[in-house]
Amino acid sequence: MRIVQELLFIIAFGMAVYLFSTKVRQIRRNILLGRDKDLNDHPDLRWKNVLLLAFGQKKMFRNPLVAVLHFFVYAGFIIINLEILEIILDGILGTHRLFVPVLGGLYPVLISAFEVLAVLVMLGCAIFLIRRNILKLRRFISKDLNGWPRSDANYILLTEIVLMFLFLTMNTADQQMQLRGSEHYIATGNFLITGSLASIFNHTSDGTLIAIERTCWWLHILGILAFLNYLPYSKHLHIILAFPNAYFASLEPAGEMENMPAVQREVQLMLQPELAANESAPEGMPKFGAKDVFDLTWKNLLDAYSCTECGRCSAACPANITGKALSPRKIMMDTRDRAEEVGRNINKNGAFTDDSKTLLRDYITEEELRACTTCNACVQECPVSISPLDIILQLRRHLVMEESSAPAEWTGMFSNIENNMAPWKFSMDDRDKWATEMNQ
Amino acid sequence: MQIKTMATYAANGETPEILFWVGCAGSFDQRAQKITKAFATILDKTGVQFAILGKEESCTGDPARRAGNEFIFQMMAQNNIQLLNMYGVKKIVTACPHCFNILKNEYPALGGNYEVIHHTTFLQSLIDEGKIKMKEGGVFKGKKITYHDSCYLGRGNNIYEAPRKVLETLDAELVEMKRCRSKGLCCGAGGAQMFKEEEKGTTRINFDRGHEAVDTGASVIAANCPFCMTMLTDGVKETGKEDEVKVLDIAELIAMNME
Repeated sequence: MRIVQELLFIIAFGMAVYLFSTKVRQIRRNILLGRDKDLNDHPDLRWKNVLLLAFGQKKMFRNPLVAVLHFFVYAGFIIINLEILEIILDGILGTHRLFVPVLGGLYPVLISAFEVLAVLVMLGCAIFLIRRNILKLRRFISKDLNGWPRSDANYILLTEIVLMFLFLTMNTADQQMQLRGSEHYIATGNFLITGSLASIFNHTSDGTLIAIERTCWWLHILGILAFLNYLPYSKHLHIILAFPNAYFASLEPAGEMENMPAVQREVQLMLQPELAANESAPEGMPKFGAKDVFDLTWKNLLDAYSCTECGRCSAACPANITGKALSPRKIMMDTRDRAEEVGRNINKNGAFTDDSKTLLRDYITEEELRACTTCNACVQECPVSISPLDIILQLRRHLVMEESSAPAEWTGMFSNIENNMAPWKFSMDDRDKWATEMNQ
Repeated sequence: MQIKTMATYAANGETPEILFWVGCAGSFDQRAQKITKAFATILDKTGVQFAILGKEESCTGDPARRAGNEFIFQMMAQNNIQLLNMYGVKKIVTACPHCFNILKNEYPALGGNYEVIHHTTFLQSLIDEGKIKMKEGGVFKGKKITYHDSCYLGRGNNIYEAPRKVLETLDAELVEMKRCRSKGLCCGAGGAQMFKEEEKGTTRINFDRGHEAVDTGASVIAANCPFCMTMLTDGVKETGKEDEVKVLDIAELIAMNME
């Protein structure tokens, strides 16, 4: 019987790891569909960002109450994973609480700490469910989340509560069995929370208790393995990608826009034709701006997969606040959805086959792009270092430079700058009129 | 007062301490011209040796670049850089955060390397050096002033304190809007929005901000950007409080309060 359980466990575990790593490789491939950008300079500053923004969750603390709750859930989930290590080893080796002899008196202290965290995770998730479904915060009832994304968020919170409940129930049954001096249930010492709950099972038979303990153990670990495989399809992937995304976050001032060396060179040759003599002909037609995920940088796509759809960006976006179609969160969700669609296309056809769709228009409309004031509020608010603005600006570049698509007022502004050196139609001779007036 | 151009200085074989980059709004917009004049007056009174480019100045290319037209940006930027480098410009001060951002952060990649200072930071250093003497009593003493962070000075370049330090010298009561500093709400003009009608929505961004500013009970809304100036002035008008609440640039406030 024991060997069957061990085998079943090894098969389940192996399957989970295999499926997860396959999907992770696909996501990595999808991200690398983006164009190259070197983001490996200043590793010291980048590691600092990982510590402050990802580990320290610095941006979350712009709202301290929510930040503390989120920190419980995050710390709980990461730290309780130490316990998962024991559970996996027990599963493979057919042992029970393998670490007890190794850790001795430290063992109950650790498990007690995990139990406190488990309770805090349950509390945090419960409050988050209330904020989403009862208090209905504006950013959670937004139409951005209609359908799957709203359910996704609730599934994650419910799953975390259930997993913690299973962990605590398992320990409670275990503590009661220990009190009865059961040989298999090795004495660990008292666990802080489940130790005091053990009396609930005072009148439960040994057989039932063992069944409860085993069922919880199995459901807990199978639940975790299932959740692991749910991650890559969910907004919850941020628990992994927030870390690399913080490392590769822009180190430039937020106001700076990325230069376009190809255009720079072209204009340089136009202004100084004498340079053209030494110029080798450019290879193929350069593309300006972005129309689809392939034209964005890999960091833009990493951003998209890191997004947890919290909506802090859209809640701070002046366009969104005033009822415009633009929602920076939707920009990120659209980018990920399109990257996933392209990924499925590649899985099916071996290589990307034109599906006559693009990120621009099939997902993101011109109206959304036009509403952006480039104020950087979305970038500022994002707890996981995403820049929706960078994507918006690249799509705008495509619209104007590849399609000459701009509102008439902008076309007028362009020609004013070109002809009068100012965005308005004023005479160049009047530029210093104010100074002439002062000089009199 | 004699405001000289870089060309005049160059003709005499001299280089001024600093170039005052006026910008298109500061040059042509009637309301913004008053900010330009106020700042030039302060520079003159404090004995800063400065020049302007005059008719030779062109748009930095900011609205074109943000709208998506990189070609026009590159044309403007490369011509400007050629001119600035020809005059050997080292230090630039400007009263426009959009000019400030693009000159400081985006011109270096094209070969234009200058020390670029926004006028609020420059005013702070003039105050720190004791060069600006305030009037006894002060025009704004006891009045409530609220400060609007422009996006390109604030979030764009992390400058939040210098403008506030300058305002503190007015002896007024500084009241903050709920959305201030890195949480400041945009006026609605950035990203070339100044040059087009807003997209369809439930309200205008500057109306929202205008209400927020007026609701602080301040009699002065201090701005640091000619575009915010236009937007906020219209925003205040929409609340019907334009007689009680004035939108003024920090340079204007200092010029009014200086000896």
